[in-house]
Amino acid sequence: MELADIAIKFGLIIIIFLISLVIAMYSTYAERKIAAFFQDRVGPNRAGPWGILQPLADGGKMFLKEEIIPTNATPFLFIVGPSLAILTACIGSAVIPWGQNMVIGGKVIPLQVTDINVGILYIFGVVSLGVYGVMIGGWASNNKYSLLGAIRAASQNISYEISMGLSIIALLLVTGTLSLGEIAQQQHGWHWNVLYQPVGFILFLICAFAETNRTPFDLPECETELVGGYHTEYSSMKLGFYLFAEYINMFISSAVMATLYFGGYNYPGMDWVTAHLGPIAGPLIGTAVFFAKIFLFIFFFMWVRWTIPRFRYDQLMDLGWKILIPLAIANIVVTGVVITLLN
Amino acid sequence: MQNHPVYTDNDPQTEYSTLNLGPTHPATHGVFQNVLQLDGERIVSGVSTIGYIHRAFEKIAEHRPFYQITPLTDRLNYCSSPINNMGWHMTVEKMLNIQMPKRVDYMRVIIMELARIADHIVCNGVLGVDTGAFTGFLYMMEHREEIYEIYEEICGSRLTTNIGRIGGFERNFNHIAFAKIKKFLVRFPPVLREFEALFNRNRIFVDRTKDVAAVTKEAALSYSWSGPILRATGVDYDVRAMEPYSSYEDFDFEVPVGENGDVYNRFLVRNEEMWQSLRIIEQALAKIEKEPSDIFHADVPAFYLPPKEEVYNNMEALIYHFKIVMGEVETPNAEVYHAVEGANGELGFYLVNDGGRSPYRLHFRRPSFINYQMYAPMSQGMLLSDAIINMSSLNVIAGELDA
Repeated sequence: MELADIAIKFGLIIIIFLISLVIAMYSTYAERKIAAFFQDRVGPNRAGPWGILQPLADGGKMFLKEEIIPTNATPFLFIVGPSLAILTACIGSAVIPWGQNMVIGGKVIPLQVTDINVGILYIFGVVSLGVYGVMIGGWASNNKYSLLGAIRAASQNISYEISMGLSIIALLLVTGTLSLGEIAQQQHGWHWNVLYQPVGFILFLICAFAETNRTPFDLPECETELVGGYHTEYSSMKLGFYLFAEYINMFISSAVMATLYFGGYNYPGMDWVTAHLGPIAGPLIGTAVFFAKIFLFIFFFMWVRWTIPRFRYDQLMDLGWKILIPLAIANIVVTGVVITLLN
Repeated sequence: MQNHPVYTDNDPQTEYSTLNLGPTHPATHGVFQNVLQLDGERIVSGVSTIGYIHRAFEKIAEHRPFYQITPLTDRLNYCSSPINNMGWHMTVEKMLNIQMPKRVDYMRVIIMELARIADHIVCNGVLGVDTGAFTGFLYMMEHREEIYEIYEEICGSRLTTNIGRIGGFERNFNHIAFAKIKKFLVRFPPVLREFEALFNRNRIFVDRTKDVAAVTKEAALSYSWSGPILRATGVDYDVRAMEPYSSYEDFDFEVPVGENGDVYNRFLVRNEEMWQSLRIIEQALAKIEKEPSDIFHADVPAFYLPPKEEVYNNMEALIYHFKIVMGEVETPNAEVYHAVEGANGELGFYLVNDGGRSPYRLHFRRPSFINYQMYAPMSQGMLLSDAIINMSSLNVIAGELDA
């Protein structure tokens, strides 16, 4: 690999990293503004015009807060917890194809950090690691509310990973590849996978809610039962990392959903646009479309959060094991039969 | 009375973990504690500790003249203090055998029903919050604010209202107050309808609340429950209908009852009670129109504090003012019990008087305190989440629990 390629990759990594951080930051702002919109309130409006500097103010506040490590906590693990959470949240974006390959000066620049052929498995692996951050943090706090939150988080994430995986298998039968780059390419134009896998998409969406601990699956941190759940004992930037990780996870899972089911950077009429506007503007518009899809999903996450109540623990497990998993298996069978018949 | 809980993690019997739910837990919505033994998330046993904000109101009342006890009642159920105020005024009036003019009765009915709506708004809204749906709570809360503005217009204060006086009201409702009440009657029903649409058939909410903490009629009566949670079990006991006070017999309203006393039924009963309260307020406004508009207190100069301009210009008024403030007025030797339908149940005042300036003994029958006694036994075997929504639907107000 040439030095220029390495430099390009490195630049891309930094850009994507910054973008995910900024989007996570502004998701907190969006969450509060959208909540305000749903609840007939104004929302944050003090820091800067329309309160747009609020995330920066919050970040500054988090850094300046007193660092409290409870006497009975395990200090090392207490710090490892949020670090792991933010780390796993950040590295998930490596395999997501952000756009078509760009051609600048005869040089092909892929808008994807790495197109490994096990992209989906990589994402699953990273997401599974994410639960360790919550578990370790909850356990190391030595607080019963934290422990209950950590146990809930662990069992919830493990249960819903199964149905998430099963819902993906049906998709893989359609696509025949694990590489996210190829999956995105296959959905050229309007051939989006959601048209072929509607049930699979709904299953995946529900599981994504559960994996990101969002309402109605926010049991690990539901404030009215468990005070703060796994982050009850956390303060300052360690708390900030947990909250931040949740928003990055939401961003990543929106990106994954957009890539797997909603065509990623593809949009109807993209060939015409590329032909008329050139090989740089075309892919850039694709990227913009991709981000628009991501923002729609993020809005959907927030919309649900401010509309419906949350499940009880046993109902959550019932839904996961008794409804979603059988549905996912049925979806696999039906998909398999249809593919066999059509071939 | 149970002893203070002694569970610790070092107890030999514990394969269970001990969880201190409260006194500063977000779900208790007040200062009281439950020490729970948990098996995973299931509650094995629980012990309630109350008394964190006990202020000895009953004892303080023994040293205060009657009119100074009203501010104490404000601080019982602070979500609906006007009902407490009115209940206390009516108790004293019962002891003194004062007949109130109809218009004052209707004014009191309006205030009490507004307070009931305000209380139910908080209770049902918070039940939504505790199940994780925050938005409905804020929709309703906006209109509790309107109720508070009505209080403000009538008596000047919002939370601890100290509204009215023994013998009537300190001043008449002005036209702004009536306008605000009418505005509330127009603006609130659509919001309540929207709130019901958000929750009543919401699958997750129904799953969360249905058959949770169901209580039989017999159990509820044996614990002397009253109010919406008793009616949710199917007993149609409502003080307003059974033993009408303040001319409630003039009004046409229904007493909603539930079926099995679970959290969902309590929620529905409270919602329906809000509709009925709106009906009562409408009727009361219509009835007030027909009464002479300048009457806002009974003609009892010995107990009703005269207005200040009278005091400075009129000898009788000055004498009465002095006698009332110094507690020189003759009161009968009497033993009186008067109950009103508070937002949480039968709010009773048991007053023993020996003819002095202050009660010989005063006891508040506080519905929250009595309703709460069943909480620990009924929590056994419940999941932690259910125990928490059960607590919020019992609507335990710490001020009323501890007095």
